[in-house]
Amino acid sequence: MRRIISVLLENEAGALSRVAGLFSARGYNIESLTVAPTDDPSLSRMTIVTSGTDAIIEQITKQLNKLVDVVKLIDLTEGKHIERELMLVKVTASNNEQREEVARLIGIFRGRIIDVTELTYTLEMTGSTSKADAFLDALSQVEIIEVVRSGVSGIGRGKRALKA
Amino acid sequence: MTITGADVLVRCLQDEGIEHIFGYPGGAALHIYDAIYKQDQVKHILVRHEQGATHAADGYARSTGKPGVVLVTSGPGVTNTITGIATAYMDSIPMVVICGQVPSGLIGDDAFQEVDTVGITCPCVKHNFLVKDVNDIASTMKKAFHIAMSGRPGPVVVDVPKDITAEKTDYSYPESVIMRSYQPNTKGNPKQITKGVDLLLSAKRPIIYTGGGVVIGDASEQLRELVGLLNYPSTSTLMGLGAIPASHPDFLGMLGMHGTYESNMAMYECDVMIAIGARFDDRVTGDLEKFSPNTRIVQIDIDPSSIGKNVKVEVPIVGDCSEVLTAMNKELSGRLDEIDRSAINRWWEQVNQWRSLDSLAYNESDEIIKPQFVVQKALELTDGDAYITSDVGQHQMWAAQYYTFEKPRRWINSGGLGTMGFGLPAAMGVQLAHPDETVVCITGDASIIMCIQELSTCLQYGLPIKVLNLNNRYMGMVRQWQEFFYDRRYSHSYMDALPDFVSLAESFGHIGMRVEKPEDVEAALKEAFDMKDRLVFIDVMTDHTENVYPMIAAGKGHNEMVMKPGQGSDQQERELA
Repeated sequence: MRRIISVLLENEAGALSRVAGLFSARGYNIESLTVAPTDDPSLSRMTIVTSGTDAIIEQITKQLNKLVDVVKLIDLTEGKHIERELMLVKVTASNNEQREEVARLIGIFRGRIIDVTELTYTLEMTGSTSKADAFLDALSQVEIIEVVRSGVSGIGRGKRALKA
Repeated sequence: MTITGADVLVRCLQDEGIEHIFGYPGGAALHIYDAIYKQDQVKHILVRHEQGATHAADGYARSTGKPGVVLVTSGPGVTNTITGIATAYMDSIPMVVICGQVPSGLIGDDAFQEVDTVGITCPCVKHNFLVKDVNDIASTMKKAFHIAMSGRPGPVVVDVPKDITAEKTDYSYPESVIMRSYQPNTKGNPKQITKGVDLLLSAKRPIIYTGGGVVIGDASEQLRELVGLLNYPSTSTLMGLGAIPASHPDFLGMLGMHGTYESNMAMYECDVMIAIGARFDDRVTGDLEKFSPNTRIVQIDIDPSSIGKNVKVEVPIVGDCSEVLTAMNKELSGRLDEIDRSAINRWWEQVNQWRSLDSLAYNESDEIIKPQFVVQKALELTDGDAYITSDVGQHQMWAAQYYTFEKPRRWINSGGLGTMGFGLPAAMGVQLAHPDETVVCITGDASIIMCIQELSTCLQYGLPIKVLNLNNRYMGMVRQWQEFFYDRRYSHSYMDALPDFVSLAESFGHIGMRVEKPEDVEAALKEAFDMKDRLVFIDVMTDHTENVYPMIAAGKGHNEMVMKPGQGSDQQERELA
């Protein structure tokens, strides 16, 4: 089952590679991993999307907690949460028909066109992973030149928060 | 007054109370070696290969409970320590490894003797540090020792670039360390402890299964109290031997792949199991599908990730073995009347029936030296009170089976990683820590070669280790598996062109002895053990066809043991039927 794990860790050189190394050493899946400093510059927040049986997810959270740099973590998927990922897509848009179709689709998915050339449109869209997947499916009639996805960032709904 | 980073490092070791460190100098570590030279509080032991330094520090730590400390240079100095670091990591041994590094400005430039020490050691350390500022050395060292020693212990690497060791700073060693990201829980949840006690008292066919965590956590006393209160059958992993005295009537011997029949059968048939500082390793459980099918498990471990990793646990208790057992014993002692003694007595009858098979009996011989016999003689002549180190293979299992340990921290071997070459350097660390005790390295002709160079270190520091080489001219355990599982195709398990170990030992300045007949074993061992101030290498030519029994083959369950040929094969068939 797909899980989103949020991790607060010391903003130290090498912390990211410890986490990445743990996943590869123990054979856990990583669907996506994002990391950046928080409002407290000594802390980074990482969002890991992974999958596995309940037993594997339990081991993943225990093994992450065991890393000396990890301050705290939660499994966002255990409660109500919001996930967002940013996707940038460059598509061919060299005639009116293509331009209209792309503009119509990005409107439906509440994205934006952020760069225009004679031959291309570059699109920006945020949303859940499934929305991003759906958008790419919708673009199937369009020639996609490039796709860049940020990976998932997640946060708990309501008062639920991950603080040091 | 300011001092150099190198002096700071050494002062940290002094303030940490470190008496011995094990190392090998080189370019990037030269400032640190200069600081070592200028003082005599911390004694440096010069090994002959960095792997030897890590194993020696490891043996020192295992036998004392104090952290082992290693000092090496960058590059190959570091890569040579990897095996020893991984060995310590697998067995949760506290160790601090200080590594010289190329100067900060050269890091990443593929400089001479540069490796990414933090990166290369990451998967086999509890934590590691790259020191980037001379002012951080003292606090980093404090953290390193704190992390190595607390919670589930393990090795910590501190990588120090050469320029940092030359820069100057004020020195003060932090008194304490608080890390928001690292606060191991030692106490154990009282509700979980009560649940564990409830389950233990409800047992009709219980087993107490203990591991290395009891030894490392210094919980032997509390464990002995627990066993004394409950009088339940008790067994131990390879790593836990000595925590319960082998002579204790409730002790069934070691369990697992080469454990006793009674231990493994009791594990299989039990209804309640308490695992204490043991991690359900595959060499212990056999096939997990067949593992103890009707049991309910209480598990005590300081490391939450060890609980429920391989086997489903009903009552997990996260905490230090000694603290949890102290609490548990207190509660148990007031509730002992809840034990169903008649059920326990019936269970003991069953266990004793398994015991009567005497699964460690072996076919004795007047013609050829049986390795088991040699270990038994060593046991007799040392009154069972020696520190025994071993390498890895058949001799390791025979040492574990036949040298019956009465005390913890006497049995020093590489259980988790299974590192050949561990025994001799580990014995150096043990002997340094216990100069007046008998230290015996029980080894084999294949393993001993892997770190044989350390005989030179032993001479330099006058370490009177007794090396007991069970020489069967084979990699015995490999040969055994090839005999059982590969139709006797002995692929590369034969040790062709072995050295003459006697003259080899002599050339290193030690005493060499060879024993070829069973009737000479006792006298030779006695002579060797009586030479209190010399290293004696006893090369014992043993039966090359001997196998380690009993055995659980890979993929089999605890109730499917293979017994020695001719022994109770009828019984075995009865049991298996």
